[in-house]
Amino acid sequence: MPILLEFKNVSKIYNNVTKALTDVSFSVEEGEFVAIIGPSGSGKSTILRCINRLVDVTQGSVFFDGHDINQADKKEIRQVRKKVGMIFQHYNLVDRLSVIENVLHGRLGYKSAISGVVGHYTEEEKERAFQILAMLGLTEEAYKRCDELSGGQKQRVGIARSLMQEPRLLLCDEPIASLDPSSAKIIMDYLRDINETMGITCVANLHQVDVAMRYAKRIIGITAGQIVFDGPSDKLTRTKIYKIYESNEGELITDVG
Amino acid sequence: MSDKQTSKITGETSKFQNRTSIFVKRKRSFTLAFLGVAALFVISAVVTNYDVINGFTSIPKAAIWMVKHFIPDAKAWSRVPYIFSKLIETVLVSVAVTMCASICAFFFSLLGTKTTRSSPWIARTVRIIAAFFRNVPDVVWAMLLLFSFGQNILTGFFALFFSTFGMLSRTFIETIDEVSASCVEALYATGATSIQTVFHGVIPSSMPEIVSWVLYMIETNIRSSTLIGILTATGIGYLFDLYYKRMDYSSASIVVIAIVITVIVIETLSNKIRKVIM
Repeated sequence: MPILLEFKNVSKIYNNVTKALTDVSFSVEEGEFVAIIGPSGSGKSTILRCINRLVDVTQGSVFFDGHDINQADKKEIRQVRKKVGMIFQHYNLVDRLSVIENVLHGRLGYKSAISGVVGHYTEEEKERAFQILAMLGLTEEAYKRCDELSGGQKQRVGIARSLMQEPRLLLCDEPIASLDPSSAKIIMDYLRDINETMGITCVANLHQVDVAMRYAKRIIGITAGQIVFDGPSDKLTRTKIYKIYESNEGELITDVG
Repeated sequence: MSDKQTSKITGETSKFQNRTSIFVKRKRSFTLAFLGVAALFVISAVVTNYDVINGFTSIPKAAIWMVKHFIPDAKAWSRVPYIFSKLIETVLVSVAVTMCASICAFFFSLLGTKTTRSSPWIARTVRIIAAFFRNVPDVVWAMLLLFSFGQNILTGFFALFFSTFGMLSRTFIETIDEVSASCVEALYATGATSIQTVFHGVIPSSMPEIVSWVLYMIETNIRSSTLIGILTATGIGYLFDLYYKRMDYSSASIVVIAIVITVIVIETLSNKIRKVIM
């Protein structure tokens, strides 16, 4: 499989002081499902945000589909962003708008400035939006306002919005961290489906090591801005997990029971 | 494991003993604050030759005087239609000013928010300009503008416009940043431009808060426009000034009552509107 995403010696320092990433290098092939695990504040979110340039890297380069993202001008960033979907821990929907409007926001990247501002969507786009909603089991909710939805439903709207972009890569920033176990499973199952049947590459930040090991074929462990593990999920041993979280036997929630 | 837990618990109980000292400290600081305020009062009374006893005994006298002079008489009641027409003028000007200023302030504040990703230089300049317009009181604006426009309704309009513009720019910047930061990030991530993000993310998510602020500013401006009207010889403020200087206190009191009623009505109305849109 061709390489879709590549980090080459990427470092990120916020405000000239806070080191978020130090010399991070890895590459992701098209169609992979990669989970990034690590303690809070270790730089997981920064990695994802470097890919769609919500954050600019300080050093090194990020390649998406062969293009150096750091060299991209405003127009090219837009081209990259519309091919990269993103879902968030707090869903980041426009709560006061309806579900269908939020889903159609996924098309804004394809619009000219003016037709985007007035919200002119074609009939095909609307039809596609309803198809995606049906696929995610949200047909009933299409005209509801997003603040009426449960967390799991909101996250599915988030997924629908990113699928409207026809993305090649889906970035998931703690997609299930605010969800109950049952909604979390639904969301993870959808993400696996999207990855396997639609062939969309997934990179997901996760807090739950067991979830990461079950759903992702490959895991990247990151500690204090550096990659300390990168390999297939079955090679992630207990000692390696302790190393990632810089803790000892008996100090992790996974050790209970 | 159990050893660890018990040690933690004993640690907690030793902390409890410090609590009494916290209460003592709090009492002490209250006493000190009270003594400080009392001292300030005594010092300022001495400096300004304020006679405390006289001050309090004159309250009933003042009340009797007010009752005698401010009860509207028949002549004053006959002025109600005229007062009402001036009141309407003042209210309409205040509403017009607030609407103009809030539209300008909204687009201006967008440059100052993080949501549009404008350069930090522009954002800082916007904040400084907003602070300048806000921190000059509207009465001062009116007095400055009197030179250029004279005693004219335009003077009042611009005076209120500037202070409202400054106040709303600043509040809009904060409101927008607070309310729409998360969805703005998501919209940028889809590849939307900043104008698209403003129309699809910022406006829908911050509109209720913004309307609420605009309503509040309308209330405030009705109150301030009365005061500014005295300076610029327009509207209800002018009428109050006129009656007051003629010593026609009963008519002046009708003006005051009319203003109070209007402000209460507007407040009730805007509270109703707020409940609907929130």
